[in-house]
Formats: sequence, structure tokens, C-alpha cells
Amino acid sequence: MKLHFDVPGDDLSLAGKASSELKKALGRLGIDPVTIKRTAVAMYEAEINMVIHAHGGSADAEIGPAGIDIRLQDSGPGIPDLDMAMQEGYSTAPEAARELGFGAGMGLPNMKRNADDLRIESTVGVGTTVTIRITLPGSTTKAP
Amino acid sequence: MTVRDVAKLLEAEVLSGEDKLDIEVKHGGAADMMSDILALCGPNQLVLTGYIHPQVIRTALVTELLGLVFVRCKNIPPETIKMARQHNILMLQTRLFMFSSCGILYAAGLRGVDER
Ligand SMILES: Nc1ncnc2c1ncn2[C@@H]1O[C@H](COP(=O)(O)OP(=O)(O)OP(=O)(O)O)[C@@H](O)[C@H]1O
Ligand SMILES: [Mg+2]
Repeated sequence: MKLHFDVPGDDLSLAGKASSELKKALGRLGIDPVTIKRTAVAMYEAEINMVIHAHGGSADAEIGPAGIDIRLQDSGPGIPDLDMAMQEGYSTAPEAARELGFGAGMGLPNMKRNADDLRIESTVGVGTTVTIRITLPGSTTKAP
Repeated sequence: MTVRDVAKLLEAEVLSGEDKLDIEVKHGGAADMMSDILALCGPNQLVLTGYIHPQVIRTALVTELLGLVFVRCKNIPPETIKMARQHNILMLQTRLFMFSSCGILYAAGLRGVDER
């Protein structure tokens, strides 16, 4: 099953909608609650990042028998130093985002904790693509 | 303790999730940053927060919290309450400050999410 979401960048109140919808879809498919929760948390963090750091973008999710693959793509400013960005507490979130409860610098580490595989490709001035892989329990297929 | 005990101890008003008053709650946390809630909190837990934007409801849904306690009685946007009701998220509101609220609940036996 494939799902596509547009993630608007100008309305923070909509941020998190795509992950809520994916969460509902996974529930309907009868996927176990622990897997659903970590999928939703990882995608939610990525979705919020896209909105507060990159003016929005798009998200695609593919649910197969072995796992869930989510790809979030934006044309934002990109991440100059990925190692730095992955550290807990590192954040360049603007003041407006902090007022809305974001900017703890916990999102990327949190995504890494929840995903079985996390890949980030980013080019400064071009954009960022985040790929999250969640393996389904019982499936023997390892993350690529 | 039950959610009802929490509400009584904090002299809190129940804004949403009235049907959850008899649920037993063992662990709680306090956070104003959404990523802290996302990273540290989870199912069946109560989170005390001073953050009133509707985004907190979405965060509670994603992390499957039992509910939220809004401290220091700010003007909670109607949108936040509406969203909580729509998704049946427990929502309490107290005039007490964060520090006192946490202290009262801890003294009464509620434990931190790091003490599980
Ligand atoms: N899609 C993106 N485009 C551009 N920069 C990004 C993107 N995602 C993350 N970053 C950069 O990486 C940093 C760390 O991201 P992370 O999600 O860990 O923290 P945060 O978003 O700043 O705060 P939090 O997630 O705790 O609310 C960000 O502050 C930002 O500089
Ligand atoms: Mg983030």
C-alpha cells in the first residue's frame, strides 16, 4: 500500500497531519501497536522538521509485508553538518518555532532511536531527503 | 492513583476525557518541548505542561499519552480544547504552577517516567 502526503510549510497547525493519517492507516491494517507508535513518532519528527526548517515538502509511505518505508523530501536550505545536526541539543530552530515548543534539538536523535534504519541525504541550497525504514516484527528481512 | 485523585490533588478542572477519571495512573512527566514529550513519554502516562498550542494534542496522540495537565491556568486556545475533545484526550487544567503540581503528585505517589 502506498500513501502520498503534501506537507504545507506555511501552517504549523497542520504539521503532524500526515503522520496522524499514516498512524490511522497502520491501525486499520492491524499492525502491532509498538511498531505503529515508533513509526508515528519518527515520521512526526521528520514532518515537523520539514515544516520548521524547510518550508514544507512531501512525504511518501510504502507499507509492505516486511516493513514500512517513509521518504520525506524538501527543497529547503539543507543541513551543512549532519554529524552536528544528529547530536542531542543541537538546534537552529527559529524563535517562532521555539515558542511553539520545538527546537530542543531532540528530533533527529529521536528519529534514529525509533527507526530501524534512518538515512539523511542533504545538499545545502538544494534540500533534504529523509528515509525512515521500520521493520515489521516477525519479518526476517533486514533493513537494507 | 486514579486520574480523579490527580484532579482532586491539583484542584483541577476536567476539560476533556471525563470518561477516563477512574483510570489508574502510575507515571508522569513534565515538559514544554514537544520533542521531549516525543522522546521521553509514552502510553498510559500523564504529562504536565505549560504549553497550550493545539500542537500539544497532536503530540499527545502520536505518543499515546493518557492525558495532559495544563499548569498555571493560562488562556488555553479553544482550538486546543476542541481538538482534545475530538480525539478524546484527557485534559486537566490547574491554577497551580508547574513546580508545585509536580511536587504534590510525587508526594502522593506518582512516579517519573524515568523511574519505570
Ligand atoms: N529538513 C531539514 N531541513 C533543513 N535543516 C534541517 C532539517 N531537519 C533538521 N535540520 C537541522 O538539523 C537540526 C537538528 O534537528 P532536530 O530535529 O534534531 O532538532 P530541532 O528540530 O531543531 O528541535 P526539535 O526536533 O527538538 O524540536 C535543526 O535544528 C536544523 O538545523
Ligand atoms: Mg526537529
